[in-house]
Amino acid sequence: MHPPTIWTRLHLRRYVRSGWPWRAALYLLSSVVLGLITLLTLVLLAVAGSVLTVVVVGLPLLLVLVLTGVPLASVERRRLALIDSEPLADPHREPDRTGLTAWLRTRLQERATWRELGYAVLFGFLLWPLEALVVGSVLLVCGGLLAAPVMLAVDGEEARVLKMWIVDSWPGALSAALAGLLLLPVFAYPLGAIAAGRAALTRFLLASPTGELNSKIKELGRSRVRLVDAFEAERRRIERDLHDGAQQRLVALSMTLGLARLDASDGPLGPLLAKAQDEAATALVEIRELIRGIHPPVLTDRGLVAAVEDLADRSTIPVDVDLDLPVRPPEAIETAVYFAVSEALANVAKHSGASRAVVRGGLNGGQLAVEVEDDGHGGADTGRGTGLQGVADRVSVLDGRLRVSSPPGGPTVFRLLVPCSTA
Amino acid sequence: MLRIVLAEDSVLLREGLVGLMERFGHQVVAAVGDADELTEAVAAHEPDIVVTDVRMPPGFSDEGLRAAIALRRRRPGLPILVLSQYIQRSYAEDLLDSSDGTGVGYLLKERIGHVEEFIDAVHRVAEGGTVVDPEVVRQLIRHRRDPLARLTTREQEVLALMAEGKSNASIAAAMVVSEGTVSKHFGSILTKLDLSLDDTTNRRVLAVLAYLRGRPGVETA
Repeated sequence: MHPPTIWTRLHLRRYVRSGWPWRAALYLLSSVVLGLITLLTLVLLAVAGSVLTVVVVGLPLLLVLVLTGVPLASVERRRLALIDSEPLADPHREPDRTGLTAWLRTRLQERATWRELGYAVLFGFLLWPLEALVVGSVLLVCGGLLAAPVMLAVDGEEARVLKMWIVDSWPGALSAALAGLLLLPVFAYPLGAIAAGRAALTRFLLASPTGELNSKIKELGRSRVRLVDAFEAERRRIERDLHDGAQQRLVALSMTLGLARLDASDGPLGPLLAKAQDEAATALVEIRELIRGIHPPVLTDRGLVAAVEDLADRSTIPVDVDLDLPVRPPEAIETAVYFAVSEALANVAKHSGASRAVVRGGLNGGQLAVEVEDDGHGGADTGRGTGLQGVADRVSVLDGRLRVSSPPGGPTVFRLLVPCSTA
Repeated sequence: MLRIVLAEDSVLLREGLVGLMERFGHQVVAAVGDADELTEAVAAHEPDIVVTDVRMPPGFSDEGLRAAIALRRRRPGLPILVLSQYIQRSYAEDLLDSSDGTGVGYLLKERIGHVEEFIDAVHRVAEGGTVVDPEVVRQLIRHRRDPLARLTTREQEVLALMAEGKSNASIAAAMVVSEGTVSKHFGSILTKLDLSLDDTTNRRVLAVLAYLRGRPGVETA
């Protein structure tokens, strides 16, 4: 499932015979070279930059110093492929405009840039010397042992193996070489482990967890918007189907029954036909209410203000409407706000004990603010009812917020804020 | 016999309505399915009354109502009866505002089923009367609840029936009281609503509707 990394390889029997120990060694060795270059770059830039700051020329140098991490991290992400085949995503954003200034501004505003600078400093001053120590020791020990016969042959008399002891016979030199050969696979393991640890550290420091998370969150947000849109489209379709189908047929049925009643006047069928017609009428009322709950036609035709006034008309307690919308907001916003106000007014009627309510609001600085206030006893709780939670969810899809202030004793103020650009 | 232009996009209902009108001896000179055709048919046939649905193609929004209001503006006094699936105060208000309030009607579609009452409403509108669906009137009254709170339940009933365009005699019959009682209620309604007494049916309906729409005192009629 996961792409191979050195960690997973370390557990395999064929690890020693595979190319992985060599990859680990190459990774650590290249680290040493790159680390050295990084250190030199950092020190040079820092010294030159600081000194030359006096004559202003230094400032661009210091700027370059700050950005050292960017190319380094780019190389590091690629170098990681040596021992870790899962690619590390570039956390940098594309500048919104072309040109050096835009690029600089974008980079300097990004957290990733500063993380990478930190990585460069850590790498230049601490990591690569450690790696050099590891690779160096392995090379020195194995290399020294392996080289014993050669050294003996060159010198003729004796060879100082690892600068520690002297061999002066061929069997001694050959056994040293054999020891070196045997040590190679033994060293392969710590080498692999250290390289793996180092790679994990690189991944931890250079991957932008927040960046990846952000893009995931954005995608989640988009899919939520798509879901809500699909849901709305479905509501509209159901409303249309009911209107064009069942509703019209029932009206036609009622009309037919009415005509039949004319013919059957005073006959035995009269009362039955009257009953049938009453039932058709009841069904029509029910369908009408159903449609209004699904998607009120007035919202589509006349917009939010008319639809909210309609809600106010139907409310069992008096509701004043003071909404000022010079232009109609986008449909998604109208729908969400409508159902939010509908829920709020339903709550006012059911739970608040209020004798009046007012719906007011308007557009203000790119935000649609709508408030429902009542004079009831307060104590409304967003957490309790599923209705209010549903409203909050629906509004949050549009990056909007729902606030309910309802101290005991009232008043309850239900406040919606939805970003809304109508221009 | 009335010459009628009918606009209704549901074929089922359109055919049914044509049959219904003809049964009562009226002539449907044109039966059309969208707002543009409605406008053309009225120009071509000069009907006595237009009966139209609110929601029609192409937008399936309030095209029928808007076409009716536009027709009314072009030909003042053209009687128009709007049929709606919905109780919509703002639709009714627009229609009433589109003229001096005479010769217009706003009825819920389901009233068609009560064929005789429906045909009666068609007649009243064609004769310049105002017919507003009882459900809509109820909503209008509720909307203006504060000043109307001064009215007794009985008076509110009378007001609602009046707004439907009924005469004193039919209100009396509906409420099972004498005609004298109705005119007494009417007088007290006008007093309570600060409206001057006038005897013509239309004028009183107008007064009531204008008041319900939030403009006490009547300049029209």
